[in-house]
Amino acid sequence: MITNRYITVSCKIATGVVHKDMKSVFANPQTSLPDFLLSVYQYFAFSYPKFYKMDNLSKLGWLASEVLLKDAGLKFDPAQVAVVLANANSSLDNDLKYVKTIAEGASPSVFVYTLPNIVIGEICIRNNFKGEHAFFIQDKFDENFIFQQVNYLLDQQLASACICGWVDVLGDNYKASLFLVEDKQADNAVVFSTENMAKIFNSIN
Amino acid sequence: MSAVENKSRDVYVVADNIVSPLGKTTAANFSALQAGHTSVKKHIDNEIAADPFVASLFEKSEAFYDDGIKDYTRFERLAISSVSEALKNTNIDVADEKTVFILSSTKGNVSLLETELNSTELNERVSLATSAKLIATHFRFKNKPIVVSNACISGVLAIITAMRLIRSGEYDTAVVTGADVISKFIVSGFQSFQALSSEVCKPFDHVRDGLNLGEGAGTIILSANEKFANHIKVLGGAISNDANHISGPSRTGEELAGAINNALKDADKDAEDIDFISAHGTATVYNDEMEATALTLSGLQNVLLNSLKGNYGHTLGAAGIIETVISLQSLTQGLMMPTTGYRENGVTNVVNVCTEVTALDAKTFLKTASGFGGCNGAVIFGK
Repeated sequence: MITNRYITVSCKIATGVVHKDMKSVFANPQTSLPDFLLSVYQYFAFSYPKFYKMDNLSKLGWLASEVLLKDAGLKFDPAQVAVVLANANSSLDNDLKYVKTIAEGASPSVFVYTLPNIVIGEICIRNNFKGEHAFFIQDKFDENFIFQQVNYLLDQQLASACICGWVDVLGDNYKASLFLVEDKQADNAVVFSTENMAKIFNSIN
Repeated sequence: MSAVENKSRDVYVVADNIVSPLGKTTAANFSALQAGHTSVKKHIDNEIAADPFVASLFEKSEAFYDDGIKDYTRFERLAISSVSEALKNTNIDVADEKTVFILSSTKGNVSLLETELNSTELNERVSLATSAKLIATHFRFKNKPIVVSNACISGVLAIITAMRLIRSGEYDTAVVTGADVISKFIVSGFQSFQALSSEVCKPFDHVRDGLNLGEGAGTIILSANEKFANHIKVLGGAISNDANHISGPSRTGEELAGAINNALKDADKDAEDIDFISAHGTATVYNDEMEATALTLSGLQNVLLNSLKGNYGHTLGAAGIIETVISLQSLTQGLMMPTTGYRENGVTNVVNVCTEVTALDAKTFLKTASGFGGCNGAVIFGK
């Protein structure tokens, strides 16, 4: 099948390193996850007070989306940008924190992050994305499923561009791997395929 | 496949089920609603909350499904009982390579975190991916199950996901099940938001003061098989995001209206074609106000609508499916169910709330849902 569909930019954050288009753009290994996330925020000089209120899952996903979209020059109507994400641990990282607070008096600001799709909400609020979105739970990254979901949205013209991928946090284990998929070429673009998603997702560098 | 070819594949409703405190079959649930029953009542249960609370809960002794040997959780047993009931009297081959199981849940096994010691094994056990795998294996589904967890629109999103997977030819048949159970985790969270009513909730009413939580499961089996061509179809659906606030709905309702309009377009229908609406209607001040505004923006303010939250409470990841199954019965039997708890209009843009069992000759209905994270979903079914 001839395709004009590309991953125009990718961002991966794992093991203390931020990659953009498979190149390391920032590294700060051997730090705890909260400190690492803050260092990424500071390094890229992001200015977004809501960041400090987020749980680690939302912080990770939000940072990955910021690095992804930085300089991406999205020319689409924000209502036409879709977000399709998945992970293995849902919001468990924050659920474990929340459950400890119940006895002393539950906090609504912790409870609200006990849903995996809140990270999508945060990305949508930041970018004014109002389109299609979905959060799926998978034991491991299923590039075939994501590929199918994104193609449906773009084939049916339900979205002009789609941010898709994986955002997962549990304790000190974390990984974000996001792809911006568009029907256009770009400088570092690679063809949107299950192979390329898996290659980027699994790359060590 | 081109876009046109994809959409030409119709998606039919093969069978369905509801397991709720009101009954274990679709028929039992529909009769209970017709008789005006609600399972929402006051509970005193220290395991869930220190103070009395109002919710729709199963009896503690309820086993749902007796597994004998295997160790399924309460949540999984509830889901299994609904799938099992829906599959009964169908010839669906769950082991077929073109059949998939889709699980929708907001919090699944989260209650295990309240009672079990934290461990790697527990983290894995609590995962919805684990539950989906156990349920799919129980029924011998061959394909890897799909799990949708997108707050309170999970059920509607699961139906739309199934519709799209069938349209695109990925699968021919999907068994879509939504389930959630209520525990201290969920009750304390909604209490912290002061979102719970101390009485049976009052959707769209002028003195509505919050929601009731509810337990339940619902299943809808969808198929592209033309032998079901005389069945009700899923005509279209869409999702949108408010991009406004993670725990409060849109101020304008434009985004839910956008999802409704996109669902109408997908279904190739106009607002005038919608004969009734199964609203989300949680009975919180802000949700119902936003929803009424959105329906007005979409030109649907005069269409008869109901909310079943006063009967079932908010069943979270099951709500979209349970409420759809009741609406499918309404379409089949020509009887619209009333909105328990509603007395007097309490929204700025007045909507047409169904207050008694109403006979109607309906061909098409709309189901909506909205939730935390600013998500909205709309799905349309028709004859």
